[in-house]
Amino acid sequence: MEPRPTHQYDVVIVGAGGAGLRAAIEAARQGAKTALLCKSLLGKAHTVMAEGGVAAALANVDDRDNWKVHFRDTMKGGKYLNQWRMAQLHAQEAPERVNELEEWGAVFDRTKDGRILQRNFGGHSHPRLAHVGDRTGLEIIRTLQDKGIHSGIDVFMEFTVRRILISDGAVSGCVGYDREKGAFTVFNAKAVVLATGGIGRCWEVSSNSWEYTADGHALALWAGADLLDMEFVQFHPTGMTWPPSVKGTLITEGVRGEGGVLKNSEGKRFMFNYIPAMFKAEFADTEKEADEWVASVIAGKIPTARRPPELLTRDVVARAIHREVAEGRGAPHGGVFLDIATRRTPEEIKRKLPGMYHQFKQLADVDITTDPMEVGPTCHYTMGGVRVHPETQESTVPGLFAAGEVAAGMHGANRLGGNSLSDLLVFGKRAGEHAAQHAKRSAAHPRIDAAQVEECVKESLLPFERNEGENPYAISEDLQKMMQRKVGIIREDKDLREAIEAIRSLRERARHTKVGGNVQFNPGWHLALDLKNMLDISEAVARAALERTESRGGHTREDHPKTEADWGKVNLVMRLRDGNITLEHVPLEQPPAELKALLEGELSH
Amino acid sequence: MSSTAQLKIFRGDRNGGAMVDYEVPRTPGMVVLDAVHVVQATQAPDLAVRWNCKAGKCGSCSAEVNGKPKLTCMERMDKYPEGTAISIRPMKTFPVIKDLVTDVSWNYAVNKKIPPFKIKEGERKYYQYEADRVQEFRKCIECFLCQNICHVLREHQLKQEFAGPRFLVRVAGLEMHPLDTEDRTELIKDAMGVGFCNITKCCTEVCPESIQITDNAIIPLKERVADRYYDPIRWIARKVFGGNDSRQ
Amino acid sequence: MEQAASSLPPPARFGATDRKDNWWAAPLTVLIALSAFGVYATFRVVQNAWYAIDDTASAHILSPFYSPLIIWDGMPRWLSPGMLILWAPAGFRLTCYYYRKAYYRAFFLDPPACGVGEPRRNNYLGERGILILQNVHRYFLYLALGFIVILTWDVIKAMMWPDGFGVSVATLILLLNTVFLGLYTFSCHSLRHLVGGRIDCFSCAAMGQARHKAWKGVSKLNSSHMRWAWISLFTVMLADFYVWMVSSGVITDFRFF
Repeated sequence: MEPRPTHQYDVVIVGAGGAGLRAAIEAARQGAKTALLCKSLLGKAHTVMAEGGVAAALANVDDRDNWKVHFRDTMKGGKYLNQWRMAQLHAQEAPERVNELEEWGAVFDRTKDGRILQRNFGGHSHPRLAHVGDRTGLEIIRTLQDKGIHSGIDVFMEFTVRRILISDGAVSGCVGYDREKGAFTVFNAKAVVLATGGIGRCWEVSSNSWEYTADGHALALWAGADLLDMEFVQFHPTGMTWPPSVKGTLITEGVRGEGGVLKNSEGKRFMFNYIPAMFKAEFADTEKEADEWVASVIAGKIPTARRPPELLTRDVVARAIHREVAEGRGAPHGGVFLDIATRRTPEEIKRKLPGMYHQFKQLADVDITTDPMEVGPTCHYTMGGVRVHPETQESTVPGLFAAGEVAAGMHGANRLGGNSLSDLLVFGKRAGEHAAQHAKRSAAHPRIDAAQVEECVKESLLPFERNEGENPYAISEDLQKMMQRKVGIIREDKDLREAIEAIRSLRERARHTKVGGNVQFNPGWHLALDLKNMLDISEAVARAALERTESRGGHTREDHPKTEADWGKVNLVMRLRDGNITLEHVPLEQPPAELKALLEGELSH
Repeated sequence: MSSTAQLKIFRGDRNGGAMVDYEVPRTPGMVVLDAVHVVQATQAPDLAVRWNCKAGKCGSCSAEVNGKPKLTCMERMDKYPEGTAISIRPMKTFPVIKDLVTDVSWNYAVNKKIPPFKIKEGERKYYQYEADRVQEFRKCIECFLCQNICHVLREHQLKQEFAGPRFLVRVAGLEMHPLDTEDRTELIKDAMGVGFCNITKCCTEVCPESIQITDNAIIPLKERVADRYYDPIRWIARKVFGGNDSRQ
Repeated sequence: MEQAASSLPPPARFGATDRKDNWWAAPLTVLIALSAFGVYATFRVVQNAWYAIDDTASAHILSPFYSPLIIWDGMPRWLSPGMLILWAPAGFRLTCYYYRKAYYRAFFLDPPACGVGEPRRNNYLGERGILILQNVHRYFLYLALGFIVILTWDVIKAMMWPDGFGVSVATLILLLNTVFLGLYTFSCHSLRHLVGGRIDCFSCAAMGQARHKAWKGVSKLNSSHMRWAWISLFTVMLADFYVWMVSSGVITDFRFF
């Protein structure tokens, strides 16, 4: 057997978005020899797409804000299914993480008195999102990138990890191939941090890039780690719906934060009809009051009116849009109207939302300063992922850590806008820190099981051995369409069962893909390999969705429309045992009395 | 919708290649990257192209469309008349890896040479009117189209001597940051070779983020270098009154 | 970084490009326009005649090519007063960041247009060789600012007619020219640097607010520097041509009041 090229590191980080970069910086700071592997070029990860801002209770704009309010908002947005300790750590540490970015050179928008400006966002009680126009993600990834390159991290760009290696029940490294040459390389590591992002490419209408093929979720599952809350997938309410070329492309929630309103084909602001009971007290019930709120926010005053219902949590708004369209009050291209043109001056729109202005002008021939946008739900984020220890981010497999979107627990059943960028900073740092400490505790590098490596390489090269077979693009497209229809924003028993069946037959087809060309930068081959991740994780989502017979947050069952108190005490955990994905109910951990009091004060509304 | 688009796409690798003809159906709102993806999904699964966000925010899908550097995800097909083939080539300035994918690692090596942001001690307030100037530079999505079109790099291949517009923009963002205390003037003059730029503005013309690269970044840096190295009166003033160049 | 030998671009071929548009149109236009101006200005300066309207019935109207007018007794015949002063505005334009772009492209073909092959590929030095002298631009700016004062005085003189205040076509043309020359001068990149561009932290600099305002103002003008460069080139030629035509008796200046 030919020896595989092998690198030795203390900590290997898979993924170079915000979480991966932040983890790498921290691991290196702890003295760990650190490698950062990423599927794309450095600085291109999906974090650049984050537009609205990073949530942190800095209280720069409204001094009533503090971590407790942020914690409460997060738990409430997550329909109380969050891992309370993660939500607490997140709320407590986010301000420090944001200030740290400023120290590293990030240039956030400023308040009048020269501090970091914060904006309003869905589900946040106070203006809380530090931002840079509508390109906050770019600012964060660039800041971390420029910090990272001076931290002594080795970066391996355009490298795809195919398997986490396990020896003696713990992580021993990973194996993967570089996209350019198609050559397989082994990373022998004491700890591996997964920071691979999400699973959005399993759906047809998605705001996610090609990278979001569920890699980390699948790697963890195959390595024997637990997955948690897989049924909860967030559909962002406002994706573009036209032209087909950009269907699903994200429109920032910032449009609504800046006063944009949702209207149906009858010109009615329909969100007033969809305010859930638990939010009634905080949201305006008349247009007049909602407009007062916007007016005072624009004037830079602390609003006394209640906020407009367009700023309800994403799950609520997405379902409302879905309903309006289903009942025949949609816009021409299957969405509804989002209007900022009649709310703000063209100059304000161009200054506060330059990216959106540009995007619509160039891609849809729509001038958002004069015309409304057409918007509809788009698959955006997965709350589910690797089950981790809330403080160390270690999975149930020793030495395997996860941070950012690939990790679960922080957001419960639904994520608030802005909580993702703060999540990846807070838990990226924690994962890097604890991975480095884990590596320090083991003196020698774990041994590599060569058989695991060779099995992975052999399996990966199979598509080249077939002369006959199907085009992987066709299978991927069929999977996306199927998931969109049957495991989409509204689900029911029959569809989910059919989806699980369909995945079975797609998996069979995926075993017989044919790719032309050779191993050098061959996207067809890359997709053929990614199909396995996507199929396994699609199955996990469908099965968890079938199991949870209630509606909560990002999981809506047509046949079980109510939120059930009993289900509010249970998380679903999935793991791979003997080649099959098993499913288990685990009781949700309850917060200590003082935190519970915070939440109950809220629940009594 | 029965109209079609003719494409000529470069297929090849480090050892050479050729333009290959493809035909795809045109759909409403289609961009060049869509057309490339259609080719990939239906005719050539191994056609290599980089892309990520498909919304002009990540700067991955740079290529030359009819000889002009473009983000292919933002370049509408309906700009190009039917009946004539659209040529799509990889960026010329960087070595081809495969098809439309080029080796841009040189850029990352250049970036690493720039000393990082160093924040000043004490009060850290600054204001939006000060942030504005720096934020323009921080809009850069690192598509490297400016590096590709810059004739110093493209025609004269002075990659050892000249850092290129992207990194002059980056260093301008650091130098003009109100809280930064690092001094990079010598670096700008020598290692980054700002003098090689003859301000012919192609970088500004191709920037998809509309950053005024030449006027707002490079020329102000040239003026700062002139302050330090080419201005006898300032030189005398420094000798007489001491201090460096009064930039607080 | 090492470059694989095979990836080096093909040998220089002037005009090689995939561009399908008329990329040569812009540099050709600049070439023709700047050459025409050069020929005209040289002729007029060497001509050493018809540069002022100074008949007794008129206000004193001086061509901008000859202002300030420097003459002394025994001045050699070959030396024109234009030569004595015109090097300053010429130097200002020659070292101007906009004109540099224009003539590097149109005259030096370096590059002729974006993404188009150049005739010479080797030994490129940019502005590091002899062209390092372009850094003198700021000193020409200081002189150009002085010229704006002088030309403003010329406009005032052009309103002082023997019978008192008056305005003719010549007055208006001089005024127009001075305004556009002013816009061109006040939109200069070096001025932009001088008034505030060199400051990183306006909120901590002495007079930072005022300098930020000045910088913003110059920046606004600067974004149209190219436009002012061309318009003022045209108006200065127009002003000179009008003076030539009137002083040589081809046309008569029309006085409004």
